[in-house]
Amino acid sequence: MATASKAGTTPLAGVLAAGAEAPALPRPAGWRRPALRVLSIGLFFAAWHVATTWDLDFYVRFQNIPGPEQVLEEAVALFSSSSFYVHILASLERIWLGFAIATALGVGLGLLIGWFPFAEDILFPPIELLRPIPAVAWVPLSIMLWPTERSSIVFITSLGAFFPIVLNTIHGVEGIDRQLVRAATSLGAGRAAIFREVVIPGALPSIVTGLSVGMGVSWLCLISAEMISGQFGVGYFTWVAYGIVKYSQIVVGMLVIGVLGMLSSAFIRLIGVRCMPWLARR
Amino acid sequence: MRPQGRRVTDSPTGRIEITDLGIAFGVDGRMVEAVQRFTLMTTPGEFVALLGPSGCGKTTVLNVVAGFVPPTAGSVVVDGEVVTRPGADRGMVFQQHSLFPWKTVLGNVEFGLKMRGVRKKERTSQAHAYLSLVGLTGFEHAYPGELSGGMQQRVGIARALVNRPHVLLMDEPFGALDAQTRLTMQELLLGVWREVRTTVLFVTHDIDEALFLADRVAVMTARPGQIRDLVTVKLARPRAAEVIATPEFMALKARVFAQVREESARALGPRP
Repeated sequence: MATASKAGTTPLAGVLAAGAEAPALPRPAGWRRPALRVLSIGLFFAAWHVATTWDLDFYVRFQNIPGPEQVLEEAVALFSSSSFYVHILASLERIWLGFAIATALGVGLGLLIGWFPFAEDILFPPIELLRPIPAVAWVPLSIMLWPTERSSIVFITSLGAFFPIVLNTIHGVEGIDRQLVRAATSLGAGRAAIFREVVIPGALPSIVTGLSVGMGVSWLCLISAEMISGQFGVGYFTWVAYGIVKYSQIVVGMLVIGVLGMLSSAFIRLIGVRCMPWLARR
Repeated sequence: MRPQGRRVTDSPTGRIEITDLGIAFGVDGRMVEAVQRFTLMTTPGEFVALLGPSGCGKTTVLNVVAGFVPPTAGSVVVDGEVVTRPGADRGMVFQQHSLFPWKTVLGNVEFGLKMRGVRKKERTSQAHAYLSLVGLTGFEHAYPGELSGGMQQRVGIARALVNRPHVLLMDEPFGALDAQTRLTMQELLLGVWREVRTTVLFVTHDIDEALFLADRVAVMTARPGQIRDLVTVKLARPRAAEVIATPEFMALKARVFAQVREESARALGPRP
């Protein structure tokens, strides 16, 4: 029982279990922690404001950096024009496509490689060979390989997400408790049933970890690829803003990337909780 | 609701014939004999305990009967069929952590029926019957991780029995439980076994447990494991926990204790 028994001994679960029996410790009131978090964001913007209005210069130079109020003004202007949405939609479409392809291939191949030694021998060596190459290094070759700019950027995005997904899936399959496989066979499960009922759910926690990591990497690859070779997209927008000396737009672009990345990670977490109710409930 | 189990009145099944069984493992490039010339026959519906010091190969014997491990010599025949691989006719209850963590209690118990292609509605009703037999009504939708060790083992027993196996194989099923829970589980198992009269092969290193539960106790030697003594336990059934204080029980325990002690000492090797 690779997942539950081990999860049961994670520090967090231990703390929760101990908390259930120990007398309740004095805890800060319900509003205090959220309030602290809001305050933390507030302090961040205040520091940014101070650094830019005073033009701080202590090796790091803030003279050319726009302050939060200029960035806000720029953001309002950008979000009221339709051309900015074209960039956002272009990036979202590439992320969605690239990540979906990476998930299908990564999980599929990972399950096969992890479970069948033959699949491991025939499929894994090239993956190991290509894995250390950063996806950005693929940009020139990708432009030659793929017919359109869109497809080559989707390829880069997908490639970045593929490796963490496939490796985590393999790792998850290999970590499956053999006793669960024995239990299933002694209950009458055949090979297909074991794969469906034991291997896939057993690897799921690791797969979701792979998806989380993969989502982060695919944003990294998308933005890099757009900066190098794009004609649309938030990465392209941010890079072009630097070229045309629109410094506030750089920061708006960065913040949009940050928010979109955060939302997509939250989306993966949500999927994880939905797919694995047995972990969510404890 | 009483499960349609294998009652005493059913045609007898669950005859285990273990003949001259030998099992060897390769460890560090050399073969180690775990079990040698092990022979044991059970009658259908009988409760047999395999008792011995740790490392004597009792679990290995069970794994061969389950079909997990191939024998190197001899054979295991269950109801006339030579065991070559795991099958639903031989239910297995493991020591711990063998429930599917991603399935609810109901999903775990239904698993064997699902493998046989039983329809969902029928599966659920049969699973409910076995869950009520082990006293877990109301926990159908809990996940194994939310249950105590004793409750998990009860799910494990229901999950194996729902297949109506000819033989129930139990590998130190209560070994990881605290003493109090273990006693409760032993009584529960005897209660369940009264209802579902399948042959039980029960591996343990606990003398009290073996004598309290079984019709016969096979005392094993240190590795390579063989049967040293077959003790028939003629204590009346149904047995209650108090039986362990009776003179008959004490006499049996004294006999078995001396043998297990000797074998444990042998397992540890000569003293310096």
